[in-house]
Amino acid sequence: MKPQVAFFDFTCCEGCQLDALNIEGQDLADLLDSIDIVEFREVSTAKAEHYDIAFVEGSVSRESEIDRLKDIRNRADLVIALGACAHIGGINCLKNHFSMDEALTIVYGDDAKYYDTIPARPIHAVIPVDFNIPGCPINTAEFLRTIKELLLGKTPELPNHPVCVECKMAGNVCVFERGETCLGPVIRAGCNAICVTAGRHCWGCRGLVDDPNLDAQKDVLAKYGLTVEEIVEKFKIYNTYSEVAK
Amino acid sequence: MSLVNINVHHVTRVEGHGNILVNATDGRLEEVRWEVPESPRLFEAMFRGRHYDDVQHIASRICGICSIAHSTASLQASEAALGVPVSQQTRLLRKLLFNAEILESHLLHAYCLAVPDFLGVGSVFPLLDTHRDVVVRAMKLKRLAYCMADLLAGRKTHPISCIVGGFSMLPDMEKLAMLRDAFVEALDDFKATVDLFKMITVPDFERETEYIALKDPDEYAFVSGDIASSDAGIVPIDDYLSVTNEFCVPHSTAKYTKNKRESYQVGALARFNLNHEQLLPLAKEASIELGLKAPCQNPYMITIAQVVETVHVAEDSIQLINRLLDSGVSPESEPREIHEGRGIGAVEAPRGILFHDYTYDENGILTHANCVIPTNQNHNNIQKDMEALVPTILDRSEDEIRLALEMLVRAYDPCISCSTHLLQVRFT
Repeated sequence: MKPQVAFFDFTCCEGCQLDALNIEGQDLADLLDSIDIVEFREVSTAKAEHYDIAFVEGSVSRESEIDRLKDIRNRADLVIALGACAHIGGINCLKNHFSMDEALTIVYGDDAKYYDTIPARPIHAVIPVDFNIPGCPINTAEFLRTIKELLLGKTPELPNHPVCVECKMAGNVCVFERGETCLGPVIRAGCNAICVTAGRHCWGCRGLVDDPNLDAQKDVLAKYGLTVEEIVEKFKIYNTYSEVAK
Repeated sequence: MSLVNINVHHVTRVEGHGNILVNATDGRLEEVRWEVPESPRLFEAMFRGRHYDDVQHIASRICGICSIAHSTASLQASEAALGVPVSQQTRLLRKLLFNAEILESHLLHAYCLAVPDFLGVGSVFPLLDTHRDVVVRAMKLKRLAYCMADLLAGRKTHPISCIVGGFSMLPDMEKLAMLRDAFVEALDDFKATVDLFKMITVPDFERETEYIALKDPDEYAFVSGDIASSDAGIVPIDDYLSVTNEFCVPHSTAKYTKNKRESYQVGALARFNLNHEQLLPLAKEASIELGLKAPCQNPYMITIAQVVETVHVAEDSIQLINRLLDSGVSPESEPREIHEGRGIGAVEAPRGILFHDYTYDENGILTHANCVIPTNQNHNNIQKDMEALVPTILDRSEDEIRLALEMLVRAYDPCISCSTHLLQVRFT
């Protein structure tokens, strides 16, 4: 029997699932020949009881999602977090800066009482996770490489150097030299510094490297006359859930 | 006593989560309900306190499939609020970028989410064995859209370089010319797409409703114009609240809307009904071949209107690229002067009219945000369609009723992650 693979979405924009499907024609055909996609609600009506690999997109942000996630864990050999929301909590955790009542009232006014919401969290806060595919959105090539390695029985590894390394290799002018702030020095590489290449800065969507050199980041900020407060505001966009943001 | 109890929990092949509930006894409908139980994401709260430079980035994450529409509406709202002008070059580039999303989203819906119903399979995957040419064509055209977005904005899902005032990166002219050639070459594939959908029989169901879409005197509107209604004429976008009239209902996290009637429809069919005369020639021809004629009151034809729009967008992209190649593109300076204020952005996302409404303080910090999402505007219309449709098909089996209702919901191509999320039929 071919490996049984499932995709699940929790609180998210579903962009990572779409990008997972955006594999070039032949690679996609080869992948679909090697696995059975047994659940993928967004594109398929199929349902199954056991999964060799369960990809989970999205954060947990409602009580009911906790049980659903635990159920998936019980039925899956491997659980892989797909994208920033599942991996590090991501953008959903921005609402955690408000009390849930306050956040609901901002959106739903007097009708806030109808809605169930809890502070958003990554899936590792609820269940053990076997591997993470970072990014907002994921990098399709990294997804394809990871799933190939898993199918071959290998343990995938994430790069543990900062985005700056790839940014230099891409030949970009340093964002700090442009007088702007950037999270590149402490964020995990693997994206080829795509945001800096497109004229922006690193937003931190892939999460921190294992041992971020925060002192070096502070030195960089000091050298360019930038403040810690500014960068913490940027950092919170994806990494509110991490200890460093608190 | 004959009972019909249908309960579809989390309808599949739609973006997001939705439930359909039907309850009937002896051929009499007791209850039909369209529920949207998506987890609330509270974006309007997330925006609060953010600098305008971060707002598009966050807005994009409302939806993975229409991130360019949210980005564009967000930028328009910020620019209107802060008093930041944009150049003609930026307008052309944004239109082209927008086309990439209309194209990708419609192709995904038509080929991957809707076609399996018509061919009687559960998903696009088995079609790789039975209809490989169809899948390969869909993937090829989708890639074209992705390539266009990569070139203009760094990527398609969550575009990077579209910023307040313009673009932080400009496309390479040689690659743009190659892209134009690829579109010209793909016109045959668009024609083949029209031919495929000509063979499909759409369920016969009509219900009169109000149609709402942007209208621009100069073009088939996606990113400009005023709000047009089939019932009530034209309203400037700044008065959008008088059209959308949002309200909350207990069984859905998404907000509902209504204007002149109990409900209204937005999206490809609304645009076609209101603006069909402005379609480009090949798209007009496609609409005739596909038997789509305004005013069309059959919601199952939304998918057909999307196919017509893919042809329009392909033609329009070729024209836009030619204009950009003629004029060339040059770097522009980022905004220096901003002021406090409120601004409204309105675009035609793939699924219909989308509003972002922001208020900023004098430092460019967002103090208030409101977003009105196309799928939310359709929820109430889906409910009214179901109420009209179910009594006419109660003599059928539960499976047939379920399929008819799921196909109805899928025709709207609901994007529930945006609206918060949708689709499951529950017969109870």
